[in-house]
Amino acid sequence: MSKRLFVKGNEAVAMGALAAGCRYYFGYPITPQSDIPEYLSRELPPLGGEFIQAESEIASINMLLGASACGARAMTSSSSPGISLKQEGLSYMAGSECPGLIVNISRSGPGLGGIDASQADYFQATKGGGHGGYHLIVLAPASVQEMYDLALLAFDLSDRYRVPAMILADAVIGQMKEALVPHPYVAPADLPAKDWALTGPGRAGEQKIVKSLYLGDGELEAHNNRLHAKYARMQECETRFEAIDLDDAELVVTAYGSTARIAHTAVRLARQQGIRVGLLRPITLFPFPTAAYRQYGTGRKLLCFELNNGQMVEDVRLAVPGSEVVFYGRPPGAGSLPTPEEFLQQILALAGGR
Amino acid sequence: MTEQQMKQVFARPASLKPVPTHFCPGCQHGTIHRLVAEALDHFGIADQTIGVASVGCSVFLYGYFNIDVIEAPHGRAPAVATGAKRVHPGRPVFTYQGDGDLAAIGTSEIIHSANRGELLTVIFVNNTTYGMTGGQMAPTTLPQQTTSTSPRGRNVAKDGYPIRMTELLSGLEGVAYAARVAVNSPKHVLQAGKVIRKAFKTQLDGKGFAFVEVLSTCPTNWGMDPLAANARVAEEMIPYFPLGVFKDVTA
Repeated sequence: MSKRLFVKGNEAVAMGALAAGCRYYFGYPITPQSDIPEYLSRELPPLGGEFIQAESEIASINMLLGASACGARAMTSSSSPGISLKQEGLSYMAGSECPGLIVNISRSGPGLGGIDASQADYFQATKGGGHGGYHLIVLAPASVQEMYDLALLAFDLSDRYRVPAMILADAVIGQMKEALVPHPYVAPADLPAKDWALTGPGRAGEQKIVKSLYLGDGELEAHNNRLHAKYARMQECETRFEAIDLDDAELVVTAYGSTARIAHTAVRLARQQGIRVGLLRPITLFPFPTAAYRQYGTGRKLLCFELNNGQMVEDVRLAVPGSEVVFYGRPPGAGSLPTPEEFLQQILALAGGR
Repeated sequence: MTEQQMKQVFARPASLKPVPTHFCPGCQHGTIHRLVAEALDHFGIADQTIGVASVGCSVFLYGYFNIDVIEAPHGRAPAVATGAKRVHPGRPVFTYQGDGDLAAIGTSEIIHSANRGELLTVIFVNNTTYGMTGGQMAPTTLPQQTTSTSPRGRNVAKDGYPIRMTELLSGLEGVAYAARVAVNSPKHVLQAGKVIRKAFKTQLDGKGFAFVEVLSTCPTNWGMDPLAANARVAEEMIPYFPLGVFKDVTA
């Protein structure tokens, strides 16, 4: 039986990575995620792993590419400005079909912005932040427990589809301490072997090439079609979400990550006032749980809360074109987070306006 | 002399595939590929070696070498190689990079992988221009050299000076071996072969980071025939980029 621990979200995601067999970390310090490299610099070497504090975010994502190409479970972590620097490498990893974990404990922007919790990196994370038209797997934990659990899932999904996986959280989830039960990791029995990677001590059979350059007639088109077929397959099989009080709900509140926790409290407060409202919380931001929105959102009003000026709401509107979708969000500002009462007012205004 | 008495004295290195290259006539990538392949053959390590290809004319490393290859983004080969080497410390890993890749966009990666003393061998091909993109000014373009982006010649007052990477890297503690060679004459080719072999031995012996700069021609973008290009290496490049072993901790 696993013990119940009291840890930070940043530590939990690192613990999850170790549990999943990740033995290689490459990163660069940036607030508010530096607990992750600090924890792994301590814990990886005794496990026979490698920790490199790289010279830059660019170097660290490329070290991840190299380790991944060699078949290892490996990761990097950063926060928004650093994740921007990694976009080149992410595009190459996507093109070369190199799995791996990238943790973004996002902060506010644009530019140097601030270190507040922010959800303004949703577009960058889910729409292919680098060049060339690709997607990452994007998972959005809303608790310390999920930081751990989704690290395990991220490695499994990433290896299964050969698509890099990002955990998108923020300072609220990363810096908060909560109870964590670190369940032991059990690898899915049907995970495909990494026969494409440079796994062995030497080359037993044919030459292994990990690359993203395709210049032959029609090669790149076929490659891109294959990548996008994988994204479509993930859309079919891998969406995850949490549905709270939705069965009788007339109003569907939706939010992810830290904002979903505030929204959950607001939904509970509204229920106490007799409002038939529920919460739809996407856990996979890519693939986006479109079918869940259709199931719960068709013929109902939706209210989307985000810690930005409106990003995920675009995917919500695409999912339920016939439904009224109202957005309420705030860009990050020094130390300011919306309160449950603030969200409750939005719920009451919309519920009352029917 | 009967057939039985004949002895083969020259052959294609086993590490190279029996295919024609895409390189321009007179380009010396083919020669340098051969010298690297001969080193892999010499140590019998082709089936273990990981090559990291960079962006530029040498990106098709996997098309010519019969080894495992990872293709790196522009300038990032030393970082990709670092990740690979940390996962497979027992496998020889080398990068093969041009001057734009290594000495401009990838300066950070090369300096820090060298400074960490990563057990890598780096083959740095300096032909004073961006070959693949059509002959633009490189960090190693010589003073007054005309290129497609320095049409009036490199003006060092505004464009800066050609970077001597071997000398620069020799100052780093993590570097075990750093040398500059040329392949513009049979004598230089033989010397270059020995130096490249030594650079692999330095890695195989676990001594540290090994770096070989190879002065090379780009007749197409220099607008010269191959012989004139070879003469330019001797008359213009070697005086600015002197040949020699600049650091050898194994000596």
